[in-house]
Amino acid sequence: MNTLDLIETLSKERAIDVRRQKDGDNYVEIPDFSPGDTVNVAVRVVEGEKERIQNFKGIIIARRGAGVNQSFLIRKISNGVGVERIFPLFSPMLQAITLIREGRTRRAKLYYLRGMSDRKIRQKLS
Amino acid sequence: MNAALLGKKLGMTSLFTEAGVHVPCTVIEAGPCPVVQIKTLEKDGYSAVQVGYGKKEQKKVNKPLLGHFSKSGVKPTTLLKEFRDFNTDVEVGLELTVDQFQKGDKVKISGNSKGRGFQGVVRRHHFGGVGMGTHGQSDRQRHPGSIGSSSYPSRVFKGMKMAGRMGGTTTSIRNLVIVDVIPEQNLILIKGSVPGAINSVLEIVKL
Repeated sequence: MNTLDLIETLSKERAIDVRRQKDGDNYVEIPDFSPGDTVNVAVRVVEGEKERIQNFKGIIIARRGAGVNQSFLIRKISNGVGVERIFPLFSPMLQAITLIREGRTRRAKLYYLRGMSDRKIRQKLS
Repeated sequence: MNAALLGKKLGMTSLFTEAGVHVPCTVIEAGPCPVVQIKTLEKDGYSAVQVGYGKKEQKKVNKPLLGHFSKSGVKPTTLLKEFRDFNTDVEVGLELTVDQFQKGDKVKISGNSKGRGFQGVVRRHHFGGVGMGTHGQSDRQRHPGSIGSSSYPSRVFKGMKMAGRMGGTTTSIRNLVIVDVIPEQNLILIKGSVPGAINSVLEIVKL
């Protein structure tokens, strides 16, 4: 095996291991998802000593990077305000990513959704 | 000095800690480095340990070096380097490995930095450039400015920072932290970047 591939797989395994250790039986594998999909991300929020799960449900606007350094940009409308968050795909701060709905797109980056209304976005992604 | 090793820079990646922190790290393939010679104060005038790194075909080694290797009983290596004042007990033929290092150790890493060719003062010495692009000035935004006075001293002082060859020199970075050691594959993971290009040789010394 190529040494660089080795490093790549190694760091990926490490990242997954950290999550496995944290979750034990509740460990969920990262699904395949692409821009346009609606996804729910369960994020761990640390408040002092306690840790709780916060859900962030939205549309994937972009994915970038390779290997362990992959990340994705997710957008939702919260109380009429657009909110976007970027998560590293392999971050142990994510408990689970669940695919809710697939969207059909022709582009890899959906930045054009930002100015659109909910209805228009639905039309675009169907 | 109580732990040192020669290695090769493989590339960079990143790791996640349990707290969820994303740590950039450099992967170094280090050792095993056989001890070829031990120099002592009495015999050689200084104390040092000479180690080898890398495999070299027997027929490609010249005779004087071959003699040197056969004396120690070590298979010929592509590289020989000395570490001064090595205070751990070692003997000729012993192989130094990554086991000398532990997670969390602070190290100094030296290597030959990437050559940048002939560079101007702005890139090479972080000069600010002469300044404005207007008010009649149009052609010296990245120039060094004055390099000295007139009748006194009538010369340019030695060591004046000017344009020239940049990089390609031995560079050391101290206080780099070891993120992880993987003895099975002779790998060391260092937080942050280290000098030199991929596949270049590095010296790793424990502080």
